[in-house]
Amino acid sequence: MTLSLVVLLPFLGAIAAPLFAQAGRTAIAIASSVPAVVALSILFPHWKTLASGNVFLETYQWLPSLGVSLSFRLDGLSMLFALLILVIGLLVIVYARYYLKPQENIGKFYALLLCFMGAMLGIVLSSNLLLMLIFWELTSVVSFLLIGYWSHKKDARRGARMALAITGGGGLALLAGILLLGHIVGSFELDQVLAAGALIKAHPLYPFALALVLLGAFTKSAQFPFHFWLPHAMQAPTPVSAYLHSATMVKAGVFLLARLYPALAGTEQWFFMVSFTGMLTLLIGAYVALFKHDLKGLLAYSTVSHLGLITLLFGMGTPLAAVAGLFHVVNHATFKASLFMAAGIIDHETGTRDMRHINGLWRFMPHTATLAMVSAASMAGVPLLNGFISKEMFFAEALQINLPGIWVYLPPVIATLAGIFGVAYSARFIHDVFFNGKPLNLPIYPPQEPPRYMKIPVEILVFACIMVGMFPAISVGPLLYAAAAATLGGPVPDYELAVLHGFNLPLLMSFLAFFGGLLLYTQRQRLFDFHARFKEIDEKAVFEALVARLVDRAHQFTARIENGSLQRYATLLVVSAIVVAVMPLSELGISIGANGLTPLDWPTALGALILVVCAFGTVYMHRSRFFALILLSVVGLMVSLGFVRFSSPDLAMTQLSVEVVTIVLLMLALYYMPSWTPVETPLSRRLRDGALALTAGAGMTLVTLAMLTQPFDSISSFFLANSKVGGGGTNVVNVILVDFRGFDTLGEITVLAIAALGIYAVLKGTTLPVPPGDGFGHPWARDNHPVMLRQIARPMLPLALMISAYVFLRGHNMPGGGFVAGLITSVALILQYVASGIVWTQERIPFRYHNVIALGLLFATVAGAGSYAYGYPFLTSAFGYITWPVVGKFEVASALVFDLGVYLAVVGATLLALVSIGRLSPHSATKSLKTRGSRWN
Amino acid sequence: MELTVALVIGALTASGVYLLLRARTFPVVLGLTLLSYGVNLFLFATGRLMTGGQPILGSTETYSDPLPQALVLTAIVIGFAMTAFVVVLALRSQADHQDDHVDGANHNGHQNSTVSQEQSR
Repeated sequence: MTLSLVVLLPFLGAIAAPLFAQAGRTAIAIASSVPAVVALSILFPHWKTLASGNVFLETYQWLPSLGVSLSFRLDGLSMLFALLILVIGLLVIVYARYYLKPQENIGKFYALLLCFMGAMLGIVLSSNLLLMLIFWELTSVVSFLLIGYWSHKKDARRGARMALAITGGGGLALLAGILLLGHIVGSFELDQVLAAGALIKAHPLYPFALALVLLGAFTKSAQFPFHFWLPHAMQAPTPVSAYLHSATMVKAGVFLLARLYPALAGTEQWFFMVSFTGMLTLLIGAYVALFKHDLKGLLAYSTVSHLGLITLLFGMGTPLAAVAGLFHVVNHATFKASLFMAAGIIDHETGTRDMRHINGLWRFMPHTATLAMVSAASMAGVPLLNGFISKEMFFAEALQINLPGIWVYLPPVIATLAGIFGVAYSARFIHDVFFNGKPLNLPIYPPQEPPRYMKIPVEILVFACIMVGMFPAISVGPLLYAAAAATLGGPVPDYELAVLHGFNLPLLMSFLAFFGGLLLYTQRQRLFDFHARFKEIDEKAVFEALVARLVDRAHQFTARIENGSLQRYATLLVVSAIVVAVMPLSELGISIGANGLTPLDWPTALGALILVVCAFGTVYMHRSRFFALILLSVVGLMVSLGFVRFSSPDLAMTQLSVEVVTIVLLMLALYYMPSWTPVETPLSRRLRDGALALTAGAGMTLVTLAMLTQPFDSISSFFLANSKVGGGGTNVVNVILVDFRGFDTLGEITVLAIAALGIYAVLKGTTLPVPPGDGFGHPWARDNHPVMLRQIARPMLPLALMISAYVFLRGHNMPGGGFVAGLITSVALILQYVASGIVWTQERIPFRYHNVIALGLLFATVAGAGSYAYGYPFLTSAFGYITWPVVGKFEVASALVFDLGVYLAVVGATLLALVSIGRLSPHSATKSLKTRGSRWN
Repeated sequence: MELTVALVIGALTASGVYLLLRARTFPVVLGLTLLSYGVNLFLFATGRLMTGGQPILGSTETYSDPLPQALVLTAIVIGFAMTAFVVVLALRSQADHQDDHVDGANHNGHQNSTVSQEQSR
């Protein structure tokens, strides 16, 4: 309960925080810190037991069939990260209260910040890899929103998009990697994956899984060559940079390396991929950082470099290096977050972040300067500060890497070189900003110390830097030990956290880095000139160009396929269907299954002949639309006869009544349309279409033939056996519709309703002029509503309604039911419209068809939900028998109410559709029988 | 018998597909209707052909498969709704463009269907 609560709390806070936005910045900052404080107080008591190697698990089922569960895990590693996320989160919340301006959208800011906190906690506390991935992607999304927080800035939007593209793409790779891992292990649960390290590393898919997981980790942790999104993410407000892009989110990749360490690490592939990526990133980041004039740019590249350092440590694959990596995660988070906050203060007070303008701030803000200088010294690795200790450990480990031959010198040399650059850019941060003459053209002059409380988060972090730097074993030792134990999943090597280990080679490297760095900084002008000779590759431009090209290609491709021609779409569809089917069909050939053919009787043959002739006739005559329609209706009639022939009375009745409605509909449509289709396509095109059509037809024939002669086993015996006892009806088709598969039917009548309402909406307000004649030059008949038709149609209505009621009521046991009855009613009403006109009929129908549809859906849903009242699942039907005076014993089933809903929906939908079309011409709506006559003149 | 039904379904499919590929709305609607006859018959035929086996309990000795029948019954009604909707789209297109082409080409001087529809709003 408690772990899921820790993850949930910030999300709840994200919902609540914006409510305090009106009350001012202090109120919202206090409200936002509540979730973090509560989460801390929940986690902290577990502290003792974790140190002794305990693991808390908490699991809820979510999608067991997919292996996804809501399972959470608290061990030393997740505790370390969770504390980092919560504590720095709290400090950032306080800091942001002073950083943001009152007129900014602070509600959005704090909501997103808390969302991020929850997502990040989710990553580190998840015990299910897929669940972790969900939170992983969530951090990418929230990071996107936070980088683009000042959405009016173009650079912010671009930076946000780039970060999302890179980290989101990496997330996809990670998903693939996790799926592979899950495939290898057979579970996505972390404890099983971690326990299956040997199995994973021996599996042939291991290199792929490893590469994909690393792709996810490297993109998130800004490793070369994916590092370039991080500097562009500096468009975010500085609290975001401090929190997401130095302390926590970019550490998620490193966290993943640590988390999956027992499962993936220890192989050659791991060593080469991880350590070399880390080494490159370490060096490139440190080098580029020196040349950045933007304060935050310098810090961003420094972050890239330090992430490379941590990655390199994990890549070495030795337990001690992993301990050093974890230690540096904590140290980097503390000094880098405080540096970002200091940079934010400077930006806030001077109006710029350009180090060519900011100089000599020591005189204006000595307090801030002192804090920033301590942090920067820690970044440089000055003794008695925390950065020094982990850097010493790093140097010591770099000396331990076993590479063949001369390569053994590579890691120490690169480490020292990166150390030199690290000292140089730290020196620049200190000297350029706080000394080095006077400020030049500051937008805000003179700069002042920031508000007192804005400095408190920085002070706390700097205090932590010093404490850890002077008393590492007391301050961070136990936590680090627990984290290391959880990471390694085995015995923790002996190590000593001490300020000095005596005079040894790592210390010499530190000295070399320190003085080399200072020397490099004094010679910086030459270095700058040297650097300026190279054309800098603008990764952003490359990336943007790549994206633009991709979008272009996509547009071209879309334009080629989607050119606005239904003909082309239909052709593509038919061709692809044929292409897909041609292989299996050619293998199938003319296949007669084990059941063989049954003899053909003459009436069936005759019916089939009429059907085929009329179908081809429809095609042959299709230019003359009216005749084609007549032939089409014959096809429909033959189809319904076919249903009768093959034992399906329900289908026959439905097909027959639908046929009537369809033909009326098409005739109505034809009334507004040209009645003739001219020859427009060239013969070659028609021949091609004919060939496609015949191929499709032949394919269907082969498939049908093969299918019909195969023996088969149907699940229908269940329906036949249970129709009477379970559903209370003998018409199995109807019982399936209203009972066994009632939910499907409910969906289907909903579709019907939506289609009808769609028709109404599409045609509302549309008018179509009616052509003066029928296309062959004949004028329309003057007598629109012939007396004979009217006189016959009107008495038909009650008769038809009675039949409809009869068909409806008997539907449960005999052919019939809601669908058929609804169609019969519709036909009877449509006949009135045809015979007497829309206005006359509408005047006599006291309800709107919309309401009929709604009522139908309501009946069906209520009948379904009624079963809840008796504790049964949705749409369980009940039935009983009552004896009526005249009729006798009569069955009442709750399914009857459902069927009534079907009936109403069908009637409403059919009539709404047809009446909407009938209303299209302005004449039919205004004129009625009373003014009939020469309507169309 | 099976061969006849297979041929009928094939003929319906062929006629439907040919009309579906025409350049005007009305033939396309006819084609869709023919195609849905074919598809419905095919679905129905998955329950195999049987004479005098209506699935009404007590009316006969052996019953035909009721499940495809139930499926096809709703398919027929939905098919009608779909046809009606397509017809209405055709009418709307006719009202907006005074034209019933669906080949995407420029006929009555309108740019293309999407652009002119936006203009007409």
